[in-house]
Amino acid sequence: MKKIPIARILLTLFFAALLATPWMVRHLSSPAKPGTNAGAQAALDRYGFSLQEVSHAAGVDFVHQAPTLDTKLDGIMPEIASMGASVSIVDYDRDGWPDIYVTNSAIGSKNHLYHNNHDGTFTDVADELGIADVNQPGTGVSMGAVWGDYDNDGYEDLFLIKWGKPELFHNDQGKHFTRVSDQAGLPPWINANAAVWFDFDRDGKLDLFVAGYYPEDLDLWHLRSTRMMPDSFEYAKNGGRKYLFRNLGNGRFEEVSAKAGIDSRRWALACAAADLSGTGYPDLFIANDYGVSELYINDHGHFHEAGKETGVGFAPKSGMNASFGDIFNQGRFSIYVSNISEEGVLIQGNNLWVPQAGTVLKYENMARELGVELGGWSFGAQFGDFNNDGNLDLYLTNGYISLDRQRSYWYDFAKVAGGNSSIIGDAQNWPAFNGRSLSGYQQKRLWLNDGEGKFVDVAQAVGATDIYDGRSVALADLWNSGALDIIVANQRGPLLIYKNTVAPDNRWIEFSLEGTKSNRSAIGAEIALYWDGKEQLQQVSGGSGFASQNDRRVHFGLGKNPRIEKAVIHWPSGTIQTLDSLSPDRLYTVKEPR
Amino acid sequence: MSRPATQANQTSPRTAPESRSAGGTALADRINPFLPPIFITLILLVGNLSFGILESYSKTLLAIATAIAAEMVMGRIFLRKWPHPASAYITGISVGILLRSPAYWPYGLCSAISITSKYALRFRGRHIWNPSNFGICAMLVLASQAVASLSIQWGNNFASLIVIWVLGAVIVWRARRLHITLTYVTCFIALSFLRAQIVGDPWQAEISPITGPMYQLFIFFMITDPKTTVRSRIGQSVVAVAIAVLEFFFRLNSCIYAPLYALFWVGPAALLIEMAIDSRRKRLVDADTVFEQRAARA
Repeated sequence: MKKIPIARILLTLFFAALLATPWMVRHLSSPAKPGTNAGAQAALDRYGFSLQEVSHAAGVDFVHQAPTLDTKLDGIMPEIASMGASVSIVDYDRDGWPDIYVTNSAIGSKNHLYHNNHDGTFTDVADELGIADVNQPGTGVSMGAVWGDYDNDGYEDLFLIKWGKPELFHNDQGKHFTRVSDQAGLPPWINANAAVWFDFDRDGKLDLFVAGYYPEDLDLWHLRSTRMMPDSFEYAKNGGRKYLFRNLGNGRFEEVSAKAGIDSRRWALACAAADLSGTGYPDLFIANDYGVSELYINDHGHFHEAGKETGVGFAPKSGMNASFGDIFNQGRFSIYVSNISEEGVLIQGNNLWVPQAGTVLKYENMARELGVELGGWSFGAQFGDFNNDGNLDLYLTNGYISLDRQRSYWYDFAKVAGGNSSIIGDAQNWPAFNGRSLSGYQQKRLWLNDGEGKFVDVAQAVGATDIYDGRSVALADLWNSGALDIIVANQRGPLLIYKNTVAPDNRWIEFSLEGTKSNRSAIGAEIALYWDGKEQLQQVSGGSGFASQNDRRVHFGLGKNPRIEKAVIHWPSGTIQTLDSLSPDRLYTVKEPR
Repeated sequence: MSRPATQANQTSPRTAPESRSAGGTALADRINPFLPPIFITLILLVGNLSFGILESYSKTLLAIATAIAAEMVMGRIFLRKWPHPASAYITGISVGILLRSPAYWPYGLCSAISITSKYALRFRGRHIWNPSNFGICAMLVLASQAVASLSIQWGNNFASLIVIWVLGAVIVWRARRLHITLTYVTCFIALSFLRAQIVGDPWQAEISPITGPMYQLFIFFMITDPKTTVRSRIGQSVVAVAIAVLEFFFRLNSCIYAPLYALFWVGPAALLIEMAIDSRRKRLVDADTVFEQRAARA
C-alpha cells in the first residue's frame, strides 16, 4: 500500500476545514431565533412589548394602488411601478392626537388623511379637506408626503412628492387645505421619491429639499423613448436633479440648489436632515439607488458633498432609506441606509453608519457587527424605542415584488444589470416579468437593541408577521399611551397599523415642541435627555426613512424606575433650553423661549 | 493524488514551475512574469479610482495577503522552495475584484481555499482547477448567505470596457492565447442569439453579460490559465467551445453564475481527458521502445 505523507493528510484536513468554515460561520454567527409569534403575553414577558395589527378594527381599510405607466414599459411594469406607497404622521388639526396621511399611486386614485378619533379609530377626511383627489390624469401620481409649517401659522402644511407635478397645500387651520403650488413657485414636473423640510439657513422659516429620481423631463405616461433606465446599476448619474427651495417668507420659494452647492443627478430614493457635523446647521444625507450615498455638510447655508471624506460615499449600493438614531446613547446620530440582500445573488448589506470618536466627522459601517445588516430587499426603516427600555430599536420593512412565489426574476435581473449602459439603459432590452417575483414575500425585521452593542430580530415573536411588499414606515404614539406604534405602507398592499403594547414597568417621556424664533414646527430641534447616567439624543424631523415622516412629537423610553436629570433642547435658532424636574410617563409641551 | 514536488515533474507531461500555476498565469509562462500582475493591478486601480469598484482596499488587500501567505507556506512545505508570488497575487486580486461581501472573512477564506485547492486537489501531480475559479465557486455554493460574485460594476460604460478589452487582448495575444478568448466570445455571442430565440427575450439581454465586468476577468484571466488548460491550440479552442456550450445550458436553467460554474466542470474534465490521452500515448511509446529494444537485441 502506498504511503501517504503526514503533511498530505494534514493538508487534506486543512482543506476540508476551510470548506466547512462557511457552515460554521453561519451557525456560530446566527443569533438565537426568537421563533414564531407565541402570543402577546409571551412577547410582553420576554421582550417587554407586543404588536397587534389593528388597521381594520381602527377603521383603516386602505389598499395601495400602483401606477400604470406608458404601455412601452408593460414588460417590466412591476419593477418601474414599484414605489408610491407612503405614510406620514401629522397632527393637522392640532388636537393633540397624531393623524395619518397615506398616498395612493394609480391615476384617479385618492390619497387618504385618517383623522384620529381619540378612541382607537380613524376617519378619512382627505376628501372634505381637499387633499384626496391629487392623482388626476396629466398631473402624475403621489410618491410620498412631508409636513411642515412653512408659514409659521401653527398648522402643518403638506408637500406632496410626486412623479408628476409637485404640490404644496396650505393648511387652513385644520379645516381645509388650499393648493398653493403655483404661488410658491414650484416647478411644473419632478419625478421624485424623497423630500425633507428643514431650515438650512436658520432664518426661522422652513425650507424644502426635493430629490429627483427619474429625470424631470420624463413623463412616465407618455414616453418618447424607452431609454429611461439608469445608465449603470452602481454608478448612475443620469437621474433626476435636486431642488433646494429656500423659503422667502411670503408664500414663495426660490430654488437655490446650485447657489447652495447641491448638484447631483444620482437616483435619490431617501433623504433626511440633521446637524451631524455639530455646526448648528442641518446637514443633508441622501441615500441613492444605483450608487453611493451623499452627505452634504452645511457650512452656514452653503453645502459641500462629503460622502467620501466621511466614509459614507464610497461603496455604491442601492440606498432606499435614511434615518437617524442615537443607538449607543452617546449623544450622536448614527445613520441607517437600507440596500438589497438576496442570498446567493446579491449581498449588498444594509449600512449602519456609526460616527467615530474624534473631532473629524467620520463614519464606520457597523451594520454587520451590530446585527442589522441583512434585511432582504430592504426599504423603509425607523429607529424607535419600542419597549421603552431606554435603547433605540430598529424597524425595517422589505420585499420588492411579490407575484408568483415559484418563479423568480432574479436571473434575468442579474443578466442585464451587469451589462453595458447602452443595453441596460433601454427598458426594451429588459426581459418581461411575466408574473415572476423579485425578492417577494419577505419577513420584516424588528431589531431589538440590547444596549450592549447587539440587535436581535424579534419581529415574528412580537407580532410583526406580514409579508407584504413594504415601502414606508412611520412611528407615532397613536393612542397617546406612551408606546410607539408602527405604521407601514405597502406597495399594492394594505396600510398596516401595528398597535404597540408595552410592559408597564418600563417608563417613558414625550416632548411636543413649538418654535418661536425657530420654525414653528420646531423641525431640526434636538433634545438631549439625561437620565440614570445615560444620554440620548433625538430630533424633530421633517421627513426620514423612505417616503415617510414620524410624528413630530419626540418619544423616549426610560427603562424601569428612571431618575430623569434634565432635558436640553437645542433649538434651530441656536437657543439652548434646559428642562429640569421632569417626571416620567408624561407628554411635555415646550415652547421656545423668545 | 500524489506528492507534487519531484514526483510531479516525473509524472506530469508538463514541466512549468509549480509556483506559477494560479489563475491567470498564462502570461507568466510565456512573457515577463510581472506583466500579468501589473496588468491586473492597473485594471484594479483604474476601476477603483474612476468608479470605486472595490468593496474596500482593505478587503482586497486581505485577499491578496492571504493568497500570497498560503502560497508561500504550502510551496515551502510541498515544493520545498519559495514560490514566485505573482501567481498568488493574481489569485488574490481576482478574489478581491470578483467576490462581493460586506464581511471581511469571505475574502480571506476564498483566497485560502483557492490556493489550498492547488495543493490538495491534484491528479498525477497537476492541479486541475483554476484556483480562483474553484475558490469563488466554492464560496458561492457554500457561503451563499454571505457572498455574491461581481455582477454590477465598472460603470457599465464603453470607455472602461474598451480599455480593458484592448489591454487584455494584447496580453493574451502576447501569451499566444488570444484564440481561446476569441473562440469563447464568438461562441457566447452565437449562443446568445440562439438563447434569445428559445426563451423569447431580447437578444440584447442575452448579449448583456459579456459586456459586463465579470466576463473581462473571466475571458482574460480564467479560461486562459495554462496550468488548467490543455496544451494543443485546437484542444484549447474545443475547451473554450465546451465552456460556452455548458454555460448556454446553465443559462437556460437561469443559473446566475453560469460561466464560473461551466469552467468549474469543463476545465478539470478537459485536463483529465488530456492526461488520459497522454498516458495512453506514453504507454504506446513505451511499448514501441521496448519492442524496438527487443528487436535490436534480437
